[in-house]
This record gives sequence, C-alpha cells and structure tokens, in this order.
Amino acid sequence: MSASRFSRPDALTARAHNYCPGCGHGIAHRLVAEVIDELGVRERTIAVAPVGCAVFAYDYWNFDVTEAPHGRPPAVATGIKRVLPDRIVFTYQGDGDLAAIGTAEIIHAANRGENFTTVFVNNTVYGMTSGQMAPTTLPGQRTLTTPAGRDPGRDGHPLRVTELVASLDGVVYAARASIATPSGVRTARARLLEAFRHQLAGDGFSLVELLSPCPAGLGMEPVTAAAWVAQELEKYYPVHVFKNGR
Amino acid sequence: MKHAVQGNRALCDGAIAGGLDAYYAYPITPQNEISAYFSQVLPERGKVFLQAESEIAAINMVFGSAVAGKRALTTSSSPGISLMQETISYLCACELPCVIANVMRGGPGLGNISGSQQDYFQSTRGGGHGDYRMLVLAPAGAMEIFTFARDAFALAEKYRNPVLIVYDGYLGQMLETVDGDPASLAGPLLPTEPPDRSWVLDGASAGRPPRKIRSLLMQEGDLEALNWRLHAKYERMVSAEVRWEEISVEDAEVVLVAFGMAARVCTAACKRLRAEGVRAGLIRPITLWPFPEQAIARAADRVRRMLVVEMNLGQMVEDVRRVVAGRIPVDFHGRPGGSLVVEEDIVAAVRRSGAAS
Repeated sequence: MSASRFSRPDALTARAHNYCPGCGHGIAHRLVAEVIDELGVRERTIAVAPVGCAVFAYDYWNFDVTEAPHGRPPAVATGIKRVLPDRIVFTYQGDGDLAAIGTAEIIHAANRGENFTTVFVNNTVYGMTSGQMAPTTLPGQRTLTTPAGRDPGRDGHPLRVTELVASLDGVVYAARASIATPSGVRTARARLLEAFRHQLAGDGFSLVELLSPCPAGLGMEPVTAAAWVAQELEKYYPVHVFKNGR
Repeated sequence: MKHAVQGNRALCDGAIAGGLDAYYAYPITPQNEISAYFSQVLPERGKVFLQAESEIAAINMVFGSAVAGKRALTTSSSPGISLMQETISYLCACELPCVIANVMRGGPGLGNISGSQQDYFQSTRGGGHGDYRMLVLAPAGAMEIFTFARDAFALAEKYRNPVLIVYDGYLGQMLETVDGDPASLAGPLLPTEPPDRSWVLDGASAGRPPRKIRSLLMQEGDLEALNWRLHAKYERMVSAEVRWEEISVEDAEVVLVAFGMAARVCTAACKRLRAEGVRAGLIRPITLWPFPEQAIARAADRVRRMLVVEMNLGQMVEDVRRVVAGRIPVDFHGRPGGSLVVEEDIVAAVRRSGAAS
C-alpha cells in the first residue's frame, strides 16, 4: 500500500529538482501532478510556468508546458484556453509574478471568468533573485530589501490575493491552503482537486493559493521555515475556502 | 469593379483571408476600426475576439494562441507597440509565429493620433532586448495592406517567427479605390507548405512526449547555440525575403528612397520632376527588414545622388547611407510628429541637393 502511495505520479518526470532543501515547490508540483493524474487529464493538459524559481516546472511536469514573460501567465493561459477550450490549462505563479508585476493580468483573467486554474505559491519573498520583499511579505518581516523589517507605512501592506480574487464575479473557486504541515498538504490537495474539477465542468476561473516555505529566501533552516509558515503566515493569510460556486 | 477600401479594413479582410484564428487588442487611435470590425465578424465565424486589459496582455494572449499553434494577430499604434517589446523578444526566442501590425502615429511620448513613420528604428532594430529580428512589411496602400496581412501568417509559420506589418495612420484611415474585391483576388503570393507543427502545445496525447516552450537556457553554451541557430534563420530571411519596388530607376540621375505613405508622395514628386526635366526615380523598400541593400547598392553605382524621404527625423536614411558608404551624396528630407511630407517640398529638396552637388 505504502509503496504504491508514494510512487511517482505519471504527471511528474523523474528529473531531480533544482529546488533548495525545504522548498515548497517540490510538494506543490507533486500535488498538482497527483490531481492531474486523478482526473485523468495529463494528455490534454497545458501548463504555463512563471518567471521565478518555478520557471523550471517545465522540466518536472510530464505534460506540455510553456514559459511566459514575468507576470503574464494569465494572459498566455487566456490565449491558449480561448483557442483550445477542451484542454486543461493552468498557470503556476509565485507572489512576485502574480501579485506584483502581473497584478493586472490575474485580476482581469479572473474577472473575465477565464476557464483555467491558477496555482498561486505564496512564500512571501522573491526566491530566485535572493530574497527581496514581495507584495505578500508580512509587516516587520526582514528581507534583502527590508533589512529592518517591512514597514507598512513606507513599504505598503501585504496583499491578500485570494480574498481579492474571490470578490470578482467571474471567479468560481478561490481558496487558500498551507503546505507547511502534513494535514495542510492533504487540505491543499483537496482544494486543488476541487479547483480543477470546476475547470473540467467549464464553470469559470479557479485559484488556489498555497502558503509555502522558502528557507533560503527567509534565511531559516527548512524545519524552522515550515514552522514559521504554519505559525505566522497562516495568521495573516487565513487558510480558507473563500468562494466555491457562484 | 471598383471598391472603396479603408486601409485598416483591408488589414482585417487580409487577416481573415489568411486564416486568422484569434485577435487580441487594446484600444488606441488611429487603428480602432480594426477591433470594431473584428468584434463583429470574428465571433460570427467562430473565431476568437477578445479586448485585452492592456497591450501587454494582448501580445501575451497572442503568445498563448501561438503556443497552441493557432494564427493569432494583435494590432496597435506606436505607444502600444512600445509596451509589447518584451514579449516580442520572447516570441522570437521561443520561435512562435504570429502577426503584429503597427499603425504608426506621431511620437515621441503620447504624441498625437496622426500618421507617422517614427517607429522605423523600433521596427527594424528591435525595441526589445537581446539579438532578434522580425520580418517587417511596409505596405504603401490598401491593396498591399490586404495582401501582406493575408500572407503574413504563412511567412510567420515558414520561419517560426513574428511578422510585423507597419503603416502610418494616414494609410490606415484613408479610403482608396481598388480594382476588384480584394477578398476574391488570387491565392497567397507565397507557396504555402504545410507548416511544421512538431512544436505545438496541444496536449501530450497518444504517447507523444511532452513539449516545452522556453527561452531560459542556463546550461553553459546552450543560449549561445540558440542565438547562432536563430542567426542562421535570420540569414535565410535576408537571402529569401527582401522585397522592394523600383520606379524609373534605370535612367535616373537622382533616386528618391522612401517607404509607405512617403513613397506615395515621392511617386507624385518623381512625375513632376520628370515633367520638369529632372530624371528622378524611386526605390521603395517593401521589407524594412531585411533591408533591400542590393537595390540601393546597384543604384548607388549608377545615379548621381539620392534623397531619402521619411515621415520622421531621419531613420531609414541611416541604412541607406550605410549601404551607399559615401560613394554618392545621400540627402534627407523628412517631417516628424505626424506631419505629412508634401510633393512641393520634395521637389524643392531634390533641386537644392542638385544645386549643391
């Protein structure tokens, strides 16, 4: 039983990940792959990878993947899904890609009710460029560009993307989960499955935000980083289904 | 039978005749007729029309439909084309075929909504980052706008590269009479081979390996190899796709060089100069990249001088002078900021350059 449980999903390649020890992307990639397998849609899935650490997703998923300019995956996914409406299309984006440079694209794709899914990985920092402040960085959180901690009066406030997206009429599903604990991972998987099911049914736009550890960007040991996500991040970003159906 | 056709409408008809699948754009003058018309006819034909939230989104939607192997178009005017430059670099790096049309307006900045040719540098040198090239087609009238828009998809697919069509706002807005219904004219100018679809992302089904479209190449030497491969492709474009028109160049003492709307005015100026006893000719580059270097070089061996006429402060003239390389005088006459060049000024400029040399 356990052997089959932990075998590699078809939707994941055998390639070893480049991600840092304790990084959440490996878990998030696997959860997406498991859901794609469970729905039996691997052969008709097209993913859009972001600019950021997860650009390498195209090496790790065993289905068609394209890159996109920074922040533009929702526009690229729109261009794919509009001409291939029977394919399963999703974007996989980090907090810099989706919540900073790509804010216009995610809001408008969601508001149009584009029938694709967005997997939004929130780890509160720009991982690939060595840990700058992200839109989702917590007040007081120290990053490469907030060495004294984020000061909301100077640096602005953390952006709660999923709540914002849930307020839009074109959105059918908007939920947040945490992949910092085993129970969080199980919840995240269920929410990803629900989001992709809505896409299969043609219901409209779906988004799942995953709170995820970035030990290198946070300057923490992997175990400490996961604990910080569970203890601090989940306080500011409630783990919740904000919208399910219209 | 004569038909009255507006330049922007000719672009729509041409793109539809060329097999357009999806159109994405953001409003900007002087090309709003295009999205107004497409919003009506594309849904009727089961094709995609979508008004994007920005030019950046529009070009990235084109990117997405190109990834899926469909014929996608965006149109805009100068400031909007500036916004698209990053993604144009990505499209070239990822070798995605698509068509972009720039109905040029006066610049710099917000400029005005008149016609201009101030985007020659941006079009031919690449406003985006990195070494890349695009075929740049410069029609000079409604009929050419139609045929270039129709053939651009086949060209884009032949080279797996974006094709840029540029014309100024005057040509976009002008109503012209053409002989015959453009839509019923003979088939594509280009021999259209079935395009290579071995790279298209449409789902890794029936045992085909997954495909990846990417331009991030971090392994040592990989990115250089991509650049060399693209370079070889650009060289094939240079040898196969250069187009230009010559009018009365054979016996000319002075040759005007102009493209698009400026070439139309130069045609009239040449006629008047001939009537006044000045043997004037015209070379009209039709592809701005690749640039018709052979035509310019050949003329430079035969004529006494050249006058480059542009609706800008002097951009294409740099290419003409590069090719002429000092063998004969190359003068320039131009007007920037959305002003039209006029016949009398061109005639006077030719006479001035003649008196000087």
